[in-house]
Amino acid sequence: MPEEIIESFNVKGLQTLSEKGEVDEALMPELSDDEIKKIYELLILSRTFDQRALSLQREGRIGTYASILGQEASQVGSAFAIDKTDWIFPSFREIGVYINMGYPLHMLFQYWAGDERGLRTPEDMNIFPICIPVGTQIPHAVGAGMAAKYKGDKIAVVVYFGDGGTSKGDFHEGFNMAGVFRLPVVFICQNNQWAISVPREKQTASKTLAQKAFAYGFEGIQVDGNDVFSVYKVTKEAIEKAKSGGGPTFIECFTYRISDHTTADDATRYRTKEEVERWKEKDPILRLKLFMKKKSLWTEQYHSDVESKAISMVDEAVKISESIEPPKPEDMFIYTYAKLTPRQMKQMKESRWQR
Amino acid sequence: MAKVNMVQAINMALREEMERDKDVIVLGEDVGKDGGVFRITEGLLENFGHERVIDTPLAESGIVGAAIGMAAFGLKPVAEIQFMGFIYPALDQLFSHASRIRSRSRGRYTCPMVVRTPYGAGIKAPELHSESTEALFCHIPGLKVVVPSTPYTAKGLLISSIRDPDPVIFLESTRLYRLIKDDVPEGEYTIPLGKARIVQEGKDVTVIAWGSMLHRAIQVSEGFDAEVIDLMTLSPFDEEAVFNSVKKTGRVVIVHEAPKRCGFSAELSAFIAEDAILYLKAPIIRVAGYDVVIPLPKLEDYYMPTVERIRRGIEEVMKY
Ligand SMILES: Cc1ncc(C[n+]2csc(CCOP(=O)(O)OP(=O)(O)O)c2C)c(N)n1
Ligand SMILES: [Mg+2]
Repeated sequence: MPEEIIESFNVKGLQTLSEKGEVDEALMPELSDDEIKKIYELLILSRTFDQRALSLQREGRIGTYASILGQEASQVGSAFAIDKTDWIFPSFREIGVYINMGYPLHMLFQYWAGDERGLRTPEDMNIFPICIPVGTQIPHAVGAGMAAKYKGDKIAVVVYFGDGGTSKGDFHEGFNMAGVFRLPVVFICQNNQWAISVPREKQTASKTLAQKAFAYGFEGIQVDGNDVFSVYKVTKEAIEKAKSGGGPTFIECFTYRISDHTTADDATRYRTKEEVERWKEKDPILRLKLFMKKKSLWTEQYHSDVESKAISMVDEAVKISESIEPPKPEDMFIYTYAKLTPRQMKQMKESRWQR
Repeated sequence: MAKVNMVQAINMALREEMERDKDVIVLGEDVGKDGGVFRITEGLLENFGHERVIDTPLAESGIVGAAIGMAAFGLKPVAEIQFMGFIYPALDQLFSHASRIRSRSRGRYTCPMVVRTPYGAGIKAPELHSESTEALFCHIPGLKVVVPSTPYTAKGLLISSIRDPDPVIFLESTRLYRLIKDDVPEGEYTIPLGKARIVQEGKDVTVIAWGSMLHRAIQVSEGFDAEVIDLMTLSPFDEEAVFNSVKKTGRVVIVHEAPKRCGFSAELSAFIAEDAILYLKAPIIRVAGYDVVIPLPKLEDYYMPTVERIRRGIEEVMKY
C-alpha cells in the first residue's frame, strides 16, 4: 500500500447566539416564545440559587460549595432537552441541571449543608447522586445505557463531567465501551477552562476536547457553552439520535468558571483578573436578555418579576432546609446494607448516647 | 527554632530534601502554581522550577504509575494525591506494581517513592474527603505506611520516607495540618521508619494511636497511669515497642478513626494475642469509627471516636 491518508476527521464548532444577542436564524432551534422565557427563568433561578449558596457558605450555614457562575447556559440549555424518563449522571457542579429537572431546592441546600438526606432523588426523577471522584460517573452512564438497550427502553442517558475529567482512565474506558456497543449515551463536558488551578492546555495537548470522541468511533462537537440555544439544540439532537439507535455523542460546552473552584479555593493564586473579566463579557444570561429584548420578550418589569419569584423560591427553600431536624446518628448506619449487621446494631445503640 | 504547624513542617522537609538531592521531584494535581490545595508545596515551584514541581493532568493512576517509572529510572518522586479518597484509582499501580517491582525483578529494579495524601475526618469536608483507609495499604507486602501526628515528627518521618529504598504511603491528617505547632529545627534530622514513640510512660494501660487520634488519646490518658504509644509507622509497625509496653501494663486500648472492622487495630490485636496474651489482664479494647460510610459533616462528630468513648474504653480495661 502506498502511503495515504486512511482516516481524517472534522471537528465542528457551533455558536447560534452571539455575545451581542444576535442569532443565526439558520441554526436557531425550534423554541416557542414561552419556552425561551422558561429557559430565561431557569437561568435566573439557577444563578439566584448559586449566589445564595455562596453567601450561605460565607455565613457558615452550608459547607464547601462548587459554584456554577458562568456555566448556567451549559447546564440549563442541555437539561432543557432532557426528558423526565431519561437518566442523568451528574458530577458535583450541576446545580443548574438539578434545578432544571425540578429537584426540590431545599434538598440541594440540605445536601450542601452536609446532610446526606438531600441526595435521595425524588421517585419521579432519574438523577444519580452527586459524584465527587472526578470522572468516575462516566462508566455508570455507559452501564445504564447498556441496560436501557437490553430492556428496550427508549431513553437516553446523559452524563456530565468537566475538562479535568477527560484525563481520567474512566473517561477512556467509558467512551470506548459506548462506542463499541453503540450506546444511547450523551456525554456532556463542561469545559470551563480550569480544573482547580490546572488550565485546559495543561490538561490535554488536544486542540479540542470534542475531537477525542472520534478516536472512539463517534461524533464529538464543540459548542459555545454560554449560548443556551446551541447547547439546547445539540443536546436535543444527540438525545434523539441516542433514542433512535444512532449511538453516543460527545458534546463539549466551551464555557468558563467565573467563581473560585469551590468556596475552599482562591483562584487569584493562579489566574488573572483580566481573564475573568473577559469571560464576564460573554455572560450567558446577558446575551439571552439582549436577544429577548430585541424580540420584545424582555422588559425591566418582566425581569424583576422573574427575579423576585426566583428569590422567593430560594428564600423558601433555605427556610425549609434550615427547619429540617438534623439527621439522627441512626442515619449513618441504616443505609450501609439492606439490613444492619449485628455489630452495627450494637454500634448504633452506642452512637445514640455518645457525642 | 521556629514554631511551625504541620503544613509548614512538611513543606520544610520537601524543600530541604529537594535542595539536598536533585533527584527528588514533586508531582500531583495543583501542586505547582497553586502550591497544593492545602499549601503543602507552596513556594516549591518558584524555587525548583517546572521540571521538578509538576502540575499533572487529573489522573491518579497516571500520577502514581508515572512515579513508579521515575523511581525505577533513578529519581525519587514524591507524588501528592489530593485527598485519600482519590487514591483508589491508583491502587492498581500501588498494589500490582509499586509494592512488587523489587520482588518481581529480584532486586534489579526498585521503587523508592513516596505517595503523600491528606486523610481523615474532622474538617467538615464533602464526601470522600474524610477517608481513613490506612489498613488497606498495610495489608500489602512491599508498601510502607507512615502516619505522623505532630509537625516535628512529620518532618523527620517524611525525610526518612523520601530516603527509604521502598515505596512509602505517607498519610497527613487534615485535622492536624494547622491545629498544633511545634519547635521544628531547620536542617535535616530523620526519624526512623518502623519505630514507635512512647509519648507518655505509664504502668496501668497501654493506649496505642496514630495521626489525629493520638491527641485525643493523650488528652484522655491524663486521668490514668497510661502509657501512650504513637505508632508513627503502621507498616511495618514497631512490634518490640508494643510488646514491651503490653508486658508492662497488661492492658491495651487501641484508638483509630477508621471503621473498626478490619481496621489496623485488628492486626495489632492479633499480634498482641499471639505474642503477649499471657501478659494480658484484660480484653483488648478497640475504640474506632463505626462500620459505616463516613458521614457528611452533620454526623461527623457522631462518627469519630470522642474523648468520652476513649475514656470509657480505658475504664473498661481498668475494671480488670
Ligand atoms: C479522582 C479525583 N481526583 C481529585 C479530585 C479533587 N478535585 C475535585 S474537583 C477537581 C478538578 C475538576 O476539574 P474539572 O473536571 O474540570 O471540573 P470542574 O471542577 O472544573 O467543574 C479536583 C482535582 C477529585 N474530586 N476526584
Ligand atoms: Mg473544569
